[in-house]
Amino acid sequence: MIGLPHYLTLAALLFSIAVAGIFLNRKNVILLLMCIELMLLAVNFNFIAFSRYLNDVSGQVFVFFILTVAAAEAAIGLAILVVLFRSRRTINVEDLDTMKG
Amino acid sequence: MLVGAALGVITSRNPVYSAIFLILAFFTSAVLWLLMEAEFLAIVLVLVYVGAVMVLFLFVVMMLDINVEQLREGFTRYAPLGVLIALIIVVEITQVIWLKKLGLSMVAAPVPHPAEYSNTKELGSVLYTDYVYAFELAAVILLVAIVAAIVLTMRKRPGLKYQDINKQVQVRREDRVRLVKMEAEKKE
Repeated sequence: MIGLPHYLTLAALLFSIAVAGIFLNRKNVILLLMCIELMLLAVNFNFIAFSRYLNDVSGQVFVFFILTVAAAEAAIGLAILVVLFRSRRTINVEDLDTMKG
Repeated sequence: MLVGAALGVITSRNPVYSAIFLILAFFTSAVLWLLMEAEFLAIVLVLVYVGAVMVLFLFVVMMLDINVEQLREGFTRYAPLGVLIALIIVVEITQVIWLKKLGLSMVAAPVPHPAEYSNTKELGSVLYTDYVYAFELAAVILLVAIVAAIVLTMRKRPGLKYQDINKQVQVRREDRVRLVKMEAEKKE
């Protein structure tokens, strides 16, 4: 029988894969954005599992808002990426050091 | 399957492949959400993510022709560190989850909803009453995102012909019509 801990473990695995992905692909901004999407998916997984097992719809409402904000974030991030590529001809993180942060 | 797809996202050589692996991950998680009786959100995940966000990702990936080899340089250098940190996170979270004292495994399996239960109806009745302000805020966020994305990527092209209504209205007769005085020509 699949219980709550199984779902939570799956979400934890997904989250840590996303973290590993951020480390592995730290040069490619597009892949960084994709890893962020994966992380949000893992978080949503936790929310839905808890909302199912505690019989509370509020968790699903929260997932709804997270999806909204994630979609907006992806759109703006990709727009910034396109503008960046137009002006610098690269999406390598290490080349984007104009601000000397 | 979901874990495999997620691994594919982070290890593919080509960003296009990782985007397609990400689509697979979203599909599998939508199926899992269906199993958890969150039907509305599963459908929204497929429609919004696979239908819109991933198309956006693929579009951008293919539009920017990037030098893949150059971007892969540091892959092996940082791989051990990344895997190590991911393993630490997995071990810690699973230990917390499977802790006996927390009693998460004792949470009773929920009773399946009856056949006439509508997840969408339930979600909507909560969304439009208790969370109506948050809902409107989400709408505003989406609007801001649309405007921001368009403003960021729009560029002024030189030599574009367009009407300036203001100038058209303000035009005076002297600007357009010139009366020329000429002497009458003699007849031969």
